[in-house]
Amino acid sequence: MKGVRKLAWVEVKLFVREPFALVVAFAFPFFMLFVLVGVFGNEVETTDPEAMRVWRGVGPSDFYVSTYVGLVVASAGLLTLPLRLAGYREAGVLRRYRAAGLSVTVVLGAQVLVCAGMAVAGAVGIVTTSTLVYGTALPADWALTVIAAAIGVAAFSSIGLFLGAVLPTARAVQGTGLALFFAMMMLSGSGPPRGVLTDSMRRFSDLLPLTHLNLLLQDAWLGFGWATTDALITVGFLAGSAVLAVRFFRWE
Amino acid sequence: MTEGYRARDEPAVVVSGLAKSYGRVRAVDGVSFEVREGEIFGIIGENGSGKTTTVECLQGLRDRDAGDVRVLNLDPGTQRDALRHRIGCQLQESALPERLRVWEALDLFAALSPRSREWRQLVEEWGLAEKRSSAFADLSGGQRQRLFVALALVNDPEVVFLDEMTTGLDPAGRRAAWDLVREVRSRGTTIVLVTHFMDEAEELCDRIAVFKRGRIVAIDTPSALVARFAAHSTVHFSYDGDDLPWLSSCPGAASVRREGARFTVTGDGPLLAHVAAALIAHGIAPLDLRVERATLEQAFLGISELAGSSR
Ligand SMILES: Nc1ncnc2c1ncn2[C@@H]1O[C@H](COP(=O)(O)OP(=O)(O)O)[C@@H](O)[C@H]1O
Ligand SMILES: [Mg+2]
Repeated sequence: MKGVRKLAWVEVKLFVREPFALVVAFAFPFFMLFVLVGVFGNEVETTDPEAMRVWRGVGPSDFYVSTYVGLVVASAGLLTLPLRLAGYREAGVLRRYRAAGLSVTVVLGAQVLVCAGMAVAGAVGIVTTSTLVYGTALPADWALTVIAAAIGVAAFSSIGLFLGAVLPTARAVQGTGLALFFAMMMLSGSGPPRGVLTDSMRRFSDLLPLTHLNLLLQDAWLGFGWATTDALITVGFLAGSAVLAVRFFRWE
Repeated sequence: MTEGYRARDEPAVVVSGLAKSYGRVRAVDGVSFEVREGEIFGIIGENGSGKTTTVECLQGLRDRDAGDVRVLNLDPGTQRDALRHRIGCQLQESALPERLRVWEALDLFAALSPRSREWRQLVEEWGLAEKRSSAFADLSGGQRQRLFVALALVNDPEVVFLDEMTTGLDPAGRRAAWDLVREVRSRGTTIVLVTHFMDEAEELCDRIAVFKRGRIVAIDTPSALVARFAAHSTVHFSYDGDDLPWLSSCPGAASVRREGARFTVTGDGPLLAHVAAALIAHGIAPLDLRVERATLEQAFLGISELAGSSR
């Protein structure tokens, strides 16, 4: 346990020492926030039933803010974590860690802790910005929102560990992570609302973990309750990728 | 008997019939040796002869294909975790995160082990005091190497594996490292030293195994290897007169070569004395008459030739 904490703390310090990585980690969610919330404002549409459906009966800014928490989580899990893991393997850091007696659980556990820390920092940043700049609503149900976010962090860090474990090189990880991230950013409800997607886009979007995390977060945030199906699907992604990550983990 | 417990005088490392292939490459092909407690045991051999693979199998970093291996009476294949805290590893190829600082690395590695040495002292010993707050990426090759050796020692190991320890060190740094290695041994630590520097092996090791194509072709003390495989000595002097045909009839002389004014006589036995006597008898007294002691390097070349021709 001492090992995980120490390693996680070291990893956090390393992360903070690379300002560029921090910028990359949080650039997209903030960018989306400024563009989309800036464009759509926060007027609740009450006359047009189609608009009511698309925006789920709330103002666009309130609709979006929870999905940017989802995007922060996805960004930490898809862009940052696997790149670090694969980079460490490529450079020989994992060899060195292994010889020092670090176990797979400790190495992966430390990465998950860092990912969680990043997600918390990013979420606080985005919610604060959004509340102060655009006056968006804070979560209606804090407890459910925090649980949803925690499940999301666990799921996306597992997906990140899986990518970092199976892909052969850091370059492959970077390419794949970016492709997945952009697909999710555009189709999981953080960009165009799901209500305006075509049928085929929506079917594809149903396969993406961020879609379900966003719905889970959004329901909790807006006080719509607990989205059990989306929660189960997210946990399914979590469990599946965690098992595969441990199964395919390589030290070199 | 408790696992990991050793009777007095039991070897620290016992290897028999170790084999390991990578696909079709037989990297290690049936290697057997023992390392005694408190010994500095050298492993030398040309690149690709299986040295690193062998010590990686001993450290539990690679699974062997065949053979029996015991380190501190533990099997590194199946008792990796029990062994881990009792051995120190300096790997030929490894790295640390680029922005990790020297003291952070030592502090982290010390925290991972139940037993550890005061890392501040290691920082001093290995000449890293000035660099303790530097990032790994900002260290020179030699500084990185010294950090890796310090990391291998931070858990106060009973057996330490050093794979190409002095690669990247300057001559002064190498000598300093040799002194430190001797000091580590004087505290009772057993050392397995992989190197391709013959002077280093000759200087430090009590016994040496010579690897060639995944096998051990000779194993002995450095002086015995030299005596057996490089028994001849070489005498040099300068003389710019006529050829000296009588030199080849000196007792023990095997060959005489001349390049310009420089003569080289090779042979066995007290060659210098005989050559000197013959020169004086012919009224020649060169100022630069000297004998070149046979070195491990020559022995190594001799062993390689023998092992090569037997295939
Ligand atoms: N990870 C690996 N995968 C495939 N081949 C390897 C690997 N490591 C070493 N080899 C091969 O095994 C042989 C022995 O290598 P090694 O043990 O590193 O030798 P040495 O340390 O004596 O230079 C070489 O032919 C090398 O190319
Ligand atoms: Mg090697």
